[in-house]
Amino acid sequence: MSERAAARTAVATRPFTFTGCVELREILGRRARDEQELMEEIEGLPAESIYYHTSTVFLRRPLVAGSYPNDFAIWVGTQIRDQVLAERLGMVDPFQFDSPERVREEILSVLDDHLEGISLVPRIVFGDPFFFVRSHIIEVPTGLEARTLREFRGALAEVDVSALYLHALDARARWGVPGGHFAEWIGEALGLTLLSERVGRLNPYMGGLERIRVMMLALIDAELDGAFATERSPR
Amino acid sequence: MSLIDPGIEAYRDVAPRGAVDFLLHLSERVRGRHFVHVNSTRVGGGVAEILRRLVPLMNDVGVKAEWEILEGDRDFFSVTKSFHNALQGEEQVFTEAMLEHYLAVNRTNAARLSLRGDLVLIHDPQPAALVENRPSDGNWVWRCHIDLAAPQRRAWSFLRRYVLRYDAAVFSLPAFAQNLAIPQFLVYPSIDPLADKNRELDASEIDSLLTPLGIPRDRPIVLQVSRFDRFKDPIGVINAYRMVKPYRDCLLVLAGGGADDDPEGARVLAGVREAAARDRDIHVLDLPPDAHLTINALQRAATIILQKSTKEGFGLTVSEAMWKGKPVIGGATGGITTQILPGVTGYTVSSVEGCAYWTRYLLAHPEAALRMGEAGREHVRQNFLITRQLREYISLLARLVTT
Repeated sequence: MSERAAARTAVATRPFTFTGCVELREILGRRARDEQELMEEIEGLPAESIYYHTSTVFLRRPLVAGSYPNDFAIWVGTQIRDQVLAERLGMVDPFQFDSPERVREEILSVLDDHLEGISLVPRIVFGDPFFFVRSHIIEVPTGLEARTLREFRGALAEVDVSALYLHALDARARWGVPGGHFAEWIGEALGLTLLSERVGRLNPYMGGLERIRVMMLALIDAELDGAFATERSPR
Repeated sequence: MSLIDPGIEAYRDVAPRGAVDFLLHLSERVRGRHFVHVNSTRVGGGVAEILRRLVPLMNDVGVKAEWEILEGDRDFFSVTKSFHNALQGEEQVFTEAMLEHYLAVNRTNAARLSLRGDLVLIHDPQPAALVENRPSDGNWVWRCHIDLAAPQRRAWSFLRRYVLRYDAAVFSLPAFAQNLAIPQFLVYPSIDPLADKNRELDASEIDSLLTPLGIPRDRPIVLQVSRFDRFKDPIGVINAYRMVKPYRDCLLVLAGGGADDDPEGARVLAGVREAAARDRDIHVLDLPPDAHLTINALQRAATIILQKSTKEGFGLTVSEAMWKGKPVIGGATGGITTQILPGVTGYTVSSVEGCAYWTRYLLAHPEAALRMGEAGREHVRQNFLITRQLREYISLLARLVTT
């Protein structure tokens, strides 16, 4: 049976359970006023703070795109007004690393390299300091479950956006699932490997979590309607 | 309110997709738990405004929420007004008698109020000393709504003694957090999309609300809504408008209130009127405190909305403006920088010239203004609606009762 035909009939070997999350934000009372202080603070921060300022930015901005994708780049760009460093930090992708510790190393490496190459440490003049916060994620079952691709599509369309964060992004950053839970389930439990690969390639830099939802729905619709073969890769 | 206690179901059409169902599932964890809010007034001010909606919504999702009011005499509120000003950085005088009276009123209220709950959330400094008489069970959290970035030392060191007896504190911005040995959480304030100030208005409602104000509708309107307060920089707004005017014909509307019972506000309003004199395209509106629908209509009629503060607490008027789908240009201070995403939902500025520059740009690029307005509305939908605040308070309750 072709994958397209299987998409309409396949019943998963295990159901997909949609879980959402809430982020409680704890203020650490630590701050940085220049790039050197930023680097020193990042070295000693709890991992949940690195996670807050890089990964869960997408949870707080699930739809709006356009500014830098992490708090460090935003602060350096808007408050210190060092565009070079902002651009470099803006390209740090927390979902390419399997833990916040690796993300920390990458950010420190960018900061260190940048500071090595300049003679004066840029600091805020008119702007605000950087305030460090840490994330406490509380997972909450949404009550939505799917055993077929059609059921999955229905649940995906209506679930709280925090479930997309948890399954599509957090699964990569915290649980080391390369393409996220959605792609894993579609591939392993439904046996739809092509669709799984395409879903696994979706990333939040195309316009946030809501954009991921729209693109996943389009991919699934194409699969269910039999038009998948003519669809171009979303990349 | 235009609706009497709309339940959580009424928010399905305005909250983010799936958010109401998620809230109901989250609430299952704390169903039947007791959540007590305490503040010092049932009417007037942003805290009472939000509690009036939040408490019924909490009950609607299964949490047993109550709202207790601390009572005090004129002297007490005079002391707490001084506290409020001192904590926001103004130098104030405190005598021992004043502090003793503050504590005595709190003790009297502690004996009178029902203060048993799984979470007792004490709002602002007025009832903060109730914690002296907290029962042995339950979690007590101090919710600070005011700007504590640079408090007067004496006032804060007095209050800090009591804050340290709480299990946690909640602030509206990281900049307001203090050096405390208790966990400090961040919860942004929120707007109620179903309140008169924010609910949808059709074109005929907008017309009927604005016609009596005599504001022409034939040109773009640049609007600032805020108290007549020098930190809101209304004179700076007028100067920015004057820089823009030679390039783009537009109207400026400065709408505010609070000048009646505030001598400083009256002086600022007089200065604004003088600065606006002889320009028929500047409209200065001194509105009553309940003019919510008028403000709503003004925001919906505006092309660009300004909040050019030089000092600001959270500045929820920014979210109110963005909820109406308008691009917002705001001063780069306080919570304004949290709400505006520069270049995406509007711009943050640090000068009159910056305000003029981006106003002129947006007037000349209506497609960019439209795009930013739409992005701003979605940003508010995700981050600054009451449903999000409800979710965070319930999460706080869940965390405290399970740890």
